[in-house]
Amino acid sequence: MADKVLMKGNEAIAEAAIKAGCRHYFGYPITPQTEVAAYMAKRMPKIGGTFLQAESEIAAINMVYGVASAGLRVMTSSSSPGISLKGEGISYLAGADLPALVVNVQRGGPGLGGIQPSQSDYFQSTRGGGHGDYHMIVLAPSSVQEMAALTVKGFELADKYRMTAMVLADGTMGQMMEPVSLDFEVTPPPEKPWATTGTEMKRKHNIVNSLSLVPEELEKLNIARFERYELVKQNETMYEEYMMDDAEIAIAAFGIAARVSKNAVNEARKMGIKAGLIRPITLWPFPDAPFKKAATHVKEIISVELNMGQMIEDVRLASECKVKVSLCNRVGGMIPSPEQVLDAIVKASK
Amino acid sequence: MKRITMILGHYGSGKTNIAVNLAAKYRQERDRVAIADLDIVNPYFRTKDSLDLLKEKDIRLIVSEYANSNVDIPALPQDMYAVTDDKGLTCVLDIGGDDRGALVLGRLRPAILEEKDYENLLVINKYRPLTADAESTLDVMREIEAAAGIPFTGIINNSNLGVETTADVVLSSVGYANEVAKKASLPIFMTTVREDVAKQLIGKVEGLFPLTLQKNFIERKIH
Repeated sequence: MADKVLMKGNEAIAEAAIKAGCRHYFGYPITPQTEVAAYMAKRMPKIGGTFLQAESEIAAINMVYGVASAGLRVMTSSSSPGISLKGEGISYLAGADLPALVVNVQRGGPGLGGIQPSQSDYFQSTRGGGHGDYHMIVLAPSSVQEMAALTVKGFELADKYRMTAMVLADGTMGQMMEPVSLDFEVTPPPEKPWATTGTEMKRKHNIVNSLSLVPEELEKLNIARFERYELVKQNETMYEEYMMDDAEIAIAAFGIAARVSKNAVNEARKMGIKAGLIRPITLWPFPDAPFKKAATHVKEIISVELNMGQMIEDVRLASECKVKVSLCNRVGGMIPSPEQVLDAIVKASK
Repeated sequence: MKRITMILGHYGSGKTNIAVNLAAKYRQERDRVAIADLDIVNPYFRTKDSLDLLKEKDIRLIVSEYANSNVDIPALPQDMYAVTDDKGLTCVLDIGGDDRGALVLGRLRPAILEEKDYENLLVINKYRPLTADAESTLDVMREIEAAAGIPFTGIINNSNLGVETTADVVLSSVGYANEVAKKASLPIFMTTVREDVAKQLIGKVEGLFPLTLQKNFIERKIH
């Protein structure tokens, strides 16, 4: 009891980042993620860190590039329209193999959309978001506790693989308050011999750059990067399975949709329907294994999403189209109700 | 009770919920009660969420038409001056979080101070990370008081851990609340506790105020 505090999801991200050793935050206000910036503005000056409200999202992500080049843990956060603006900078981070954390507290789109929760940036996040061949590690929390834990994990993975990690939350996750324990182990940053920390005239200077004009060299860089991505796929895929052992109907859902779905699975079980839930925690790399396994014993997989059907494509690929995959969704800032998901389960079971 | 009761505090301390509950209690004693939602900081979790309940209890809601809409701009309701002009109206004022939220009182301040019929209450929660001890709570209090320009008259101890709140959680906050009150030279106006937990605390906590009206947006069970 004593070690827990009551936090908003956005605040939990900010405090967890500080615990992870992040002392540089650059951001720009946008609902529903503004509390991340507001919290950092209060805390950073007290611990000798830097909070800077940049003149734009584009400026903020390029400040992230600068600090990441110097080898320090750094982050920015925004919500959907702001993440689009950061797209160019995220591509540059990938091209320069820089570790950083980007938080997206999604709202409904496209365009300015609305300020209510959404999961419609799934494609944008898992396919890269900016131009060029690259991936981000995408982490999808479904509780305030996970908002904190996956923020720490994001910094660790970013450093380990020299990649951008993204915490992909939504407006509900950002705004809701839950008890949180902030007592977790943090792996300190590894040595970064590539960082631009000053040569002291003792070594050759380092260059951090995403420009590579010799095609043979650029090809080599791209191939090496994708070999690293393969390691991430092998080592870092995360998911939760709930009541899947004997399931005949499987729900695929992440974030807030998974919480709603868990309620529906419990209710379905009470009705005697063998339902289960697969909750991807990493959206990239996507957890193929549990879906491949599910395809051998379930009748149908229902993808529950706050979008027009984005993750459903990965669910189909992972289950190798061996089983029917259907969509249960709400959009525009609406969240599927437990009743809606239960209805979909009942329908699939008939 | 005073004619005007202002509810201020740190962001996420529980102000809106307390304001709705307090207005409901005052309505049992007075015919004309209003709740004024003057939050210019957060577009979510507004008194408008309780619109049906307030209608049922015949409590007037003074709120910007943009609250809970997709227009995330800080806007004030045009009828907010009823708070100071209509002397027959008992008002509970739900103010936005932190010093930024308290700035809104600037417009009403001269009339409130002149009338001298108000409570200005600071909501505190020991389990919020930026107000976890008496010193940091007093820092936040001073910032809010400076922005509001109206001295506090009491403390509301709303220490809770959300769904994990137990009687022990509340009891462990009493020492903290007393320390804040002592250092601020203010009385504890009341201790607000979720209804089911409050039942276990009768006789153990002074000024216990059960929060009977509670919103839970996420873990809604299927009926």
